[in-house]
Amino acid sequence: METPRPFSLLCELTYRCPLQCPYCSNPLDFARHTDELKTGEWQRVLTEAAALGVVQANFSGGEPLLRADAPQIIRHARGLGLYTNLSTGGTLLTERLAGELREAGLDSLQVSLQDADAENSDRMAGGAPSFEKKINAARLVKSTGFSLTLNVVLQRRNIGRIEAMIALAEALGAERLELANTQFNGWALKNRAALLPSRAQVEFAAEAARRARERLKGRMEILYVLPDYFEPFPKPCLHGWGRVFLTVAADGTVLPCQTAREIRGLKFDNARERSLETIWFESETFCKFRGTAWLPEPCQSCPRKETDFGGCRCQAFLLAGNAAVTDPACSLAPQHHLIAEALAESEAASDPKLIYRNARSSLQVS
Amino acid sequence: MIAVADTSRPHLADKARLKWDAVREKHLLLYPEGVLVLNQTAHDVLALCDGRRAVADIVNALAAQHASDANAIDGDVKEILQRLAEKSFVTFTG
Repeated sequence: METPRPFSLLCELTYRCPLQCPYCSNPLDFARHTDELKTGEWQRVLTEAAALGVVQANFSGGEPLLRADAPQIIRHARGLGLYTNLSTGGTLLTERLAGELREAGLDSLQVSLQDADAENSDRMAGGAPSFEKKINAARLVKSTGFSLTLNVVLQRRNIGRIEAMIALAEALGAERLELANTQFNGWALKNRAALLPSRAQVEFAAEAARRARERLKGRMEILYVLPDYFEPFPKPCLHGWGRVFLTVAADGTVLPCQTAREIRGLKFDNARERSLETIWFESETFCKFRGTAWLPEPCQSCPRKETDFGGCRCQAFLLAGNAAVTDPACSLAPQHHLIAEALAESEAASDPKLIYRNARSSLQVS
Repeated sequence: MIAVADTSRPHLADKARLKWDAVREKHLLLYPEGVLVLNQTAHDVLALCDGRRAVADIVNALAAQHASDANAIDGDVKEILQRLAEKSFVTFTG
């Protein structure tokens, strides 16, 4: 069977960020990878991506607006005919910058929100005041003529205020609201004992999201990402390894997803040294978990194997120490007990302190 | 279910964009974090959704394009528009 070409490229323009969210999907050792791709290098990556078949370019980080050349890079992507999206923490967005992004041809602009009010949102983002700036950013997104998508990561501390967060999104006129239950990789895994919600909290949130989706049908699209620790089957992670998605990290490392570099034992190529086309089709790492022929049991004989591809490789490595086993989030996985243990640990823990994501803690924990 | 009237004027939602994918040789509809691969008919309908043409005009234009009878394709065109509107890819004025 022919290897499919990717549709979507994630460009992590930088690992630097003014915020310190403790569930960040950047690797724990992000502060050890500071050699960022330059403007011309990102432009070449995008040109290669378009030739490879990529049709969407998503720009994130860290905080992508820390790159003064973000509009330039976006203009290049748009010139290639790519659909462009930028996800920002919002604190650096000014009227002028929003205008530049619009003029550069940016199609979609997303702003993250950590909670429904300043006190809780600022605390989760690391302490410095950011909520007011985010609200301002959301207003600028709309007044500049973009449609507004708000991204909220759901975790124990904010999940109880899901209705207030939905109301806030409505008040801001968001066309799309993404409510994403934390995926426990990277910093989120480090802080799992503090962030993992209870089953009761998750059920409450799912019901609130369902009601809101019904009520707001046609007005605001609500995307609700399920917490896989509470589901019987794992997520179809990436719709399959090396199938639809491709990530280039801030230092040029080419990855199947933004958390894959935490899988020890895998060798990753760099966009500075090899073309995206070569890496996608020929690299050992991209080929290793592509398709379903490599799957171990019970996946190999499972009727769901073409649906969820055995779940998430990163999660298999992080929880079970082996990227090649069934994702422990699957109820059929031999290591599924790790999930029950995590839930028990979280319920027992007396609200441990969060390790906020910043360069200093990155160097300490890695 | 969204009713599609002959006189209403559909247009592609701001967030969405049509693209000819030269690599895969397919028509695509691109939107935030999503891609819809379009068959020829869906593409031909969307390409005519400029906010000025009414549904009846689109049906007539397609009938002319494919040398078929407007009445024969009317139902299919409206069904396509309905499905796209349900996903918020198309909105109607008038």
